[in-house]
Amino acid sequence: MGFHVDTASRLPIYQQLVDQIREAVARGDLQPEEKLPSVRQLSGELVVNPNTIARAFLELERAGILVSRAGRGMYVAHPGTDLSKAARNRRLAESLDRWLTEAVHLGFAADEVVELVTRRVADFQWNADGAKGKGKTQP
Amino acid sequence: MTDAIVTDRLTKHYGERKVVDNLSLHVARGTVYALLGRNGAGKSTTLKMLAGMVHPDAGTMQLLGEDASTLSPPTRGRIAYLAEGHPLIDWMTIGQLVTFTRAFYPAADGKLVEQILDHFGLPLKAKINRLSKGERAQVSLALAIMPDPELLILDDPTLGLDTNVRRDFLESMIQIIQRRGRTILFSSHILGDVERIADRIGIMMDGVLRVDCPVEHFKSSVRKVVVEFGRLPPVFPKCDGLIGDWQVKTRCELVFVGFGPRQRAAIEALEPVRIDVAELNLEDAFIEYTRGPRRSLPLFTGETDHVQSAGDQGTA
Repeated sequence: MGFHVDTASRLPIYQQLVDQIREAVARGDLQPEEKLPSVRQLSGELVVNPNTIARAFLELERAGILVSRAGRGMYVAHPGTDLSKAARNRRLAESLDRWLTEAVHLGFAADEVVELVTRRVADFQWNADGAKGKGKTQP
Repeated sequence: MTDAIVTDRLTKHYGERKVVDNLSLHVARGTVYALLGRNGAGKSTTLKMLAGMVHPDAGTMQLLGEDASTLSPPTRGRIAYLAEGHPLIDWMTIGQLVTFTRAFYPAADGKLVEQILDHFGLPLKAKINRLSKGERAQVSLALAIMPDPELLILDDPTLGLDTNVRRDFLESMIQIIQRRGRTILFSSHILGDVERIADRIGIMMDGVLRVDCPVEHFKSSVRKVVVEFGRLPPVFPKCDGLIGDWQVKTRCELVFVGFGPRQRAAIEALEPVRIDVAELNLEDAFIEYTRGPRRSLPLFTGETDHVQSAGDQGTA
């Protein structure tokens, strides 16, 4: 996985990594059970303080996107296994509302937004069972 | 464990000028701490005092738990100092300089220094006075970490290096950081580098330590707020956290440290048309923070519009 760091960004470096890993998992570039590079390795490659990498991993672990296995490193978690359906609905609705607010202010019409979503959906990897099941991975 | 560096009300004058003013600095063991500030803010003098090159006029320092004024040679040997500009003994070869320096550190690891020189592609036979700036920096870093120091004090170590050599140098610093428990205090003007490797920053202004916090904390505290009035802006009242304000035509541009509901209310009380709050990257946050008191922006555009300062308002 090629991650990158932009020091001209307003986002803190750990947040940039969190965003990139989240996106890589969502797009299927990182698969469940896949092992991530170690803190040491990423720190060397990206030329970033190891504490910053560790912080990004910790945030992702808290969010249920990565799991740490003692002594073995960080792995991509199975999607959505930890949260109840209601909690997952709530979380998605919250970020959707923020996004829709932005779309309204940018002057989009409702059908344009739906069309845009439909087009972008194809770029991501989806859980076959959806939020109904207990979140097993696709084949 | 304890702090690697503790200073208490450290003060230094050069002539009449107080270059370091009651500096109380704590650097925890294992921390990478970047000391920032504009030229002449007192960074170098602070680092020189810590390295024992300059005597403070007042105040105390503790390094690795020992009083710096009576530092024992073994403890001194666990501290490395890289002076600004990487001064080295010019007439020696790299090999001679390694032998010479190693004599001061009986327990030093000669393999380590050879590995580093090899990594940088620096031959032992090369004469110091023939080296480029970047090579000098690499040699002085290699020599500094030869005794495997617990505390490194680096005075603007990447000053004058080209982008590629600077990146190499940062990679070496990351390797040092990865050796657990090493404490690094360094000064720099390159904020992108600072953000990559520092855990914490301190900002000195006129000898005073004004900021001392984690890097992200500083970045997320400074906000630039642009307030559009659609008319001549009123004189902006004093407000907590306001560190700079100036006006351009019908706009007020404000810089805050810590922007919350109280600051927003103070602005809204002036009945503006629009308020835009912008986050800043580290470099911009630093610039806004250290720029100091401003008058109205000078007129740089070719337009003939009159740019008014607060004092002009009566004659508009």
